[in-house]
Amino acid sequence: MISGKKQRIDDLAARSAPRAGAAVLDDLQVDGAGHLDDSVGVSLWASAWRRLRRNGVFLIGATIVALFLLLALISPFIAPHDPGAPLLLSEVRQQTNPIPGPREGFPLGADWQGRDLLSRLLVGSRQTLFVGVFATLGGLLGGLTLGTLAGAFGGWVDSLVMRVVDVMLSIPSLLMAFSIAAIAAQPSQWTVIIAIAIVQIPIFARLLRGTMLAQRHSDHVLAARALGVRPQAIVFRHMLPNALGPVIVQATLVLAVAIIDAAALSFLGLGNPDETVPEWGAMLGRAQQYLAGYPHLAFYPAACIITVALGFTLMGESLREALDPKTRR
Amino acid sequence: MLRFIVRRLLQMVGVVVVLSMLLFVWLHSLPGGTVSALLGDRATPETRAALEEALGLDRPIWVQYGAFLSRALRGEFGASTGVLPGTDALTILLNRLPATIELSFCAIAIAVLLAIPLGYLAARHRGSPLDTAGILTSLVGVAVPVFFLAFLLKWGFAIKLHWLPDGGRQSVFATHVTNFFVLDGILTREFDASVNALKHLILPAIALSTIPFAVIFRITRAAVLEVLDEDYVRTAEAKGLTSRVIRGRHVLRNAMLPVVTTIGLQIGALLAGAVLTEKVFNFPGIGDALALAFEQRDYAVLQVLIMAAAVVYVLVNLLVDVLYAVIDPRVRTR
Repeated sequence: MISGKKQRIDDLAARSAPRAGAAVLDDLQVDGAGHLDDSVGVSLWASAWRRLRRNGVFLIGATIVALFLLLALISPFIAPHDPGAPLLLSEVRQQTNPIPGPREGFPLGADWQGRDLLSRLLVGSRQTLFVGVFATLGGLLGGLTLGTLAGAFGGWVDSLVMRVVDVMLSIPSLLMAFSIAAIAAQPSQWTVIIAIAIVQIPIFARLLRGTMLAQRHSDHVLAARALGVRPQAIVFRHMLPNALGPVIVQATLVLAVAIIDAAALSFLGLGNPDETVPEWGAMLGRAQQYLAGYPHLAFYPAACIITVALGFTLMGESLREALDPKTRR
Repeated sequence: MLRFIVRRLLQMVGVVVVLSMLLFVWLHSLPGGTVSALLGDRATPETRAALEEALGLDRPIWVQYGAFLSRALRGEFGASTGVLPGTDALTILLNRLPATIELSFCAIAIAVLLAIPLGYLAARHRGSPLDTAGILTSLVGVAVPVFFLAFLLKWGFAIKLHWLPDGGRQSVFATHVTNFFVLDGILTREFDASVNALKHLILPAIALSTIPFAVIFRITRAAVLEVLDEDYVRTAEAKGLTSRVIRGRHVLRNAMLPVVTTIGLQIGALLAGAVLTEKVFNFPGIGDALALAFEQRDYAVLQVLIMAAAVVYVLVNLLVDVLYAVIDPRVRTR
């Protein structure tokens, strides 16, 4: 899993290297015999990867994320029971004992509908990942479109887009997500995803506009323009790749936020009402009713959410630091 | 300076106007629209049509927006349908505002008083155990869902240990003058009532303060680190200035710029966290009313609370900009 991560970052490095052209002098390596390392022109990504490889924080974050992805992939095969089947429903006593406790074959017990808690936690990783990834992708696509338009064209397009973004930013983001989710006549996983995605749009838009704007008058763009490269090609091939670093960092951090926000939406009853497919946020949101007597129902999904959110945050923050030219010391 | 403030005020009016349009569109796109919200799904077509006419919903959309705007300016948002049926929505907002202000004030005070000194110390002693502990706390603080932290505090300190009350604002009888319960106790010399109200504030305020703490800590640390590296700090050291002067006049003052902005943004965003925290603790503030209004689709209350939240957010940001201009003279000329 980690070598796959490395491959991806190396690929990115290879692609952005010639254009970014950011040779880094402080990464010159001198070997034992006093010879300079050959790799003089090290791209931002390659030098970032070099430092990340030895960065404990990044490795912890990446390991958590890798395990989470692995779990999402294989959980249907390792879950002991069907997460949607009310296997212990006969044990649920509305008045005396609404939550069946742990027993043979059900190490964590069951939930209020007699469904195996362990299986729901394991399989829940899939839907949690699904919501996180699609909400982030939605925000990224929206922000990419707006930010690229604003940054690449400037002028009135820029003013218009930035006014829209300013207004979106003038409502607290979680409150806006609540409001958008409330519009849905039939709440589903998609209304949750859309609500969280829209809230992320202005953040990505600002980020991309900033990096695009900074590049409009930089040498490599001027050179491309002088060579007669078409405007679309300049934007997509010469400007966007350089914005990739901050965007990836932001996307990693947003993934954590999306998973937490999905839980908050469920908590307010604005989440996905369909419980057949388990999701950690919804599990945590629903568990509040049983908090006083059965706090474990909340603790398990919360622990999963916190671990995964922490994993993405650690990865994002260490990536940010590694990619920031200012902190290369 | 005056011109700067006037310009920002005008911009703010623009944002609020666009916000009101968004709110109007939002109300119109709610499931089933206003009529279903008021009458329920089982109303006959005749009653629906009658109400549509009475509410002016058959008129062109811009006429409706104008009517909406003029009603909003007069503070008429209609009566609540779910939170407190029959009560005017604006009254609900005003009645519950003091509770949320009290809670937000405590939360921000905790966050700022802890985060700025700790952030400063962490930056001065980079890599020390204190620095690492601070960074870890702020990372975990962001990763924990606010309402779960509220759960955890309530479960541990209220339900299991019984150290603090598990919800509400006050559990003794007291006279109320301003509806700020802590203040009321001092005004009426019923200090027990003040202490009681404070006890009710502790847990929700801690839960609400984690995210502002995490963000302010990290920004303070980063800002101080950056400033410590500046040439003028080295110059000040070389000149032989005392470290107190360097710290106060050169490091802290310059590092405070991004911190002030962050505090402003966090105050504005506090209401979203308050929705979750107040719900967990049954704390009768605006957040709790919003949570109820979302649950019960009480659109009259929703529109007045959301508009109020946005206006407060914009106002706080305006205040931050002005403060920013006071601290940094360069901003004024821009």
